Amino acid sequence: MNQELASGFTIAANASIAVALAISALLFVIGLVGFLCRRNMIIMFLCTELMFQGAALAMIAFARLRMDVSGQVFVIFILTVAAAEAALALGLVVLLYRKRETLSADAWSELGES
Amino acid sequence: MIPTGSIPQAVIAPELSWIGLALLLPLLAAVGCALCCALRVKGKAAAILTIVALAASFGIILKAYSSYTGPVQVPIFQWLTFQWGTGTFQSFTANCALYIDTLTLYWMLFVTGLGTLITIYASEYMEGECGAGYSRFFFGICIFLFSMGALVMGDNLIMLYLGWEGVGLASYLLIGYDYSRPSAVAAAKKAFIMNRIGDLGLAFGIFMLWANYGTVQYSELFAAMNKGGQSSVDWDVSVIPFLLMLGAFGKSAQIPLFTWLPDAMEGPTPVSALIHAATMVTAGVYLIARMYPFFELHPQALATVAWVGGLTALLAATIGMAQYDIKRVFAYSTISQLGYMFLGLGVGTTFGACYHTLTHAFFKALLFLTAGAIMHGFAGQLDLRKLSGLRHIPGWRIVSWTMLVGCLWLSAFPYTAAFFSKDAILLQALTSVRADFRFLGWLGLFTAALTAYYTFRVWFRVCAGPTHFEPGSEEHHEPTDHHSDGGHDAKATVGAAKSHGAFHPHAPRWAINGVLLILAVGAVVVGVPAYEHVFAHKENWAQQMIAGSSAYQGAGLPGEHSAEPSENHPTVLGMDAHTGLTVVGCTASIGGILIAWYLHLHSRKSADQLRAALLRRWWIRWVPICMENKWYVDEIYHVCFRLPMWLGGQILNFGDRHFLDGVLVDGLAKIPIAVGKVFRPLYGGALQGYAVTMAGGIALVLAWVTWIWLRGFN
Repeated sequence: MNQELASGFTIAANASIAVALAISALLFVIGLVGFLCRRNMIIMFLCTELMFQGAALAMIAFARLRMDVSGQVFVIFILTVAAAEAALALGLVVLLYRKRETLSADAWSELGES
Repeated sequence: MIPTGSIPQAVIAPELSWIGLALLLPLLAAVGCALCCALRVKGKAAAILTIVALAASFGIILKAYSSYTGPVQVPIFQWLTFQWGTGTFQSFTANCALYIDTLTLYWMLFVTGLGTLITIYASEYMEGECGAGYSRFFFGICIFLFSMGALVMGDNLIMLYLGWEGVGLASYLLIGYDYSRPSAVAAAKKAFIMNRIGDLGLAFGIFMLWANYGTVQYSELFAAMNKGGQSSVDWDVSVIPFLLMLGAFGKSAQIPLFTWLPDAMEGPTPVSALIHAATMVTAGVYLIARMYPFFELHPQALATVAWVGGLTALLAATIGMAQYDIKRVFAYSTISQLGYMFLGLGVGTTFGACYHTLTHAFFKALLFLTAGAIMHGFAGQLDLRKLSGLRHIPGWRIVSWTMLVGCLWLSAFPYTAAFFSKDAILLQALTSVRADFRFLGWLGLFTAALTAYYTFRVWFRVCAGPTHFEPGSEEHHEPTDHHSDGGHDAKATVGAAKSHGAFHPHAPRWAINGVLLILAVGAVVVGVPAYEHVFAHKENWAQQMIAGSSAYQGAGLPGEHSAEPSENHPTVLGMDAHTGLTVVGCTASIGGILIAWYLHLHSRKSADQLRAALLRRWWIRWVPICMENKWYVDEIYHVCFRLPMWLGGQILNFGDRHFLDGVLVDGLAKIPIAVGKVFRPLYGGALQGYAVTMAGGIALVLAWVTWIWLRGFN
């Protein structure tokens, strides 16, 4: 298994896949930083979507690397589920906004410990 | 007379099972009283039920007595039967069966008879409690009579033990009858716990009897003893009488287990009369009399019984001389008289002991009931310094004169019944071949003088002299009131009563007076057998009763047949033993009464002067101080037993609280708490905090996996 993966990496000298992986990592990090730095719940939600797409992109890149379509099919499923989940999450955000008249995540901090 | 050497063999007679009704009726009455309790009956239904049941069981015993032909064993039903082999020690039988011989009948006659009379008295005495504890009180009485019946009539030691524990329970329930008063609750617990100590001895005694003889049935035990005779001197056999004795001493309030009886006077007075004077406390005497053939095999055990009895009689009498509470004086006199009974058993006259039990049951019940009537009428006043000249107050004549009868009997006034019964004991002691028994006899005579003194101290103070009285602290003329106790409370009420100037002693009515008269007559009647013996030279009825039972065989020691002097003509003070003892006994009794008359009626000041004079002299002052403080026995027990136990409890409590609880339980619980404290800031409620934690966690896991992977790669 290790041998096979190792040989995979040698083939991955292919620049386009490296670029795709780099972009996916960039997307993920931008999303993470945005999630950690912002307080607006809609922005935070968008950031999670960014991280999501970063992960999806990485999956497509690996699928290409392995020459296996199942990865791409899986990404289509992920996008479908993400769409449904986005509707749900935005609905939640609207409900939370109605309760406190603000979108700041800090308004809900008393739900935690201490 | 009766041939010695063999115990009459009991005949099995199932057709006599109607005698079992004497047990069943009090039990049914107890159920009835419990129902009255549950239904909150306001009237006297429980009392009537109890009186009828007890009178009926007295009638049954009378019928059994009149149709008595010889010792019988009456099987009722199979109770405990175990068999785990075919050998002698491989089965155990304790049936619900009755062993009826003259000793049983003798005991049951006065138990049920006095029980009936005292219940009639109690139906009036307790009437202030109607609707409250009235039914509960009579429930306790019924349970007591049932248990006493099982104790006396049972055919084996297991039934005796059942009854023994049952009377202990009844005593506990009735002492603590007024459970709102802490002193009553404490007294009940004390009685129960001290009896447990004795009962432990009894239980071990029964175990070891079974282990040595393979049976607990009287008839088989007696047969085994007849066969075995003197031969068995193993330590495990010779320890049995001492174990049984411990049980008897606990129940009959002898040294070292006597301190519960004076405290037991916290119970209502009919209970003191019935349970703590006339019947229950004689269970120890019954036990030794019943097992007498066995005790006879162990002379050292009988000597111990004699010594304990003689010393208890003296000790209790000296305490009784210095008490001011009438009921307490009578309680100590009960202990003292029980001491005489044990002395009688120890020196070898079961007749004397049992006859004294009978006479004592009557006159002591009478004395307690008069004390109860006074308590009832004077709002709980029992201090003999605060009551005087009762016999001049209208309505109190019967109480005063019946009390005089009781006092005369207790002080063994010449030619009263108790004079003869006490003489029978002392004669046996004084004519014994053993020097220490003769010493105990003289000690008993000295105690008799003390008894006469303290008894008449009460009567001369309370019933004679100028009339004046202070009412007690209770509002409803009941011994069971909700006063906390003593002190300032009492003074306040007395003050109130005086300011109203309206306290009228509440004279007893027909039930109390009637029972007092019947008991006074009864006290005279129990002397009839002795009169017949002395004046008509007939055989004493009581002696016949004891001689016909297994208890007689023990009286085979030299110098028995108390009436006739034995062959070597023992003498008392150079006179013929019988005459000599009569002279000395009369002197002791009348001397004591005369001293009491001088100190407590003729010039009451001189009693206080005498006390002050004794207290002034350093070499004698300890005598009155110790007597007034009951020889500090309670305090000694406190230091020797309660204090170490309390200390041990404190130590264990400390260990439990600080080691088991503090270190093990709470200490272990502190670990998760501390861990939680470390991680709690991560869950502060800020969403970003969670995200950082999660991202950091994932990063750590990734770093770890990568590290592993790289290491594997190399």
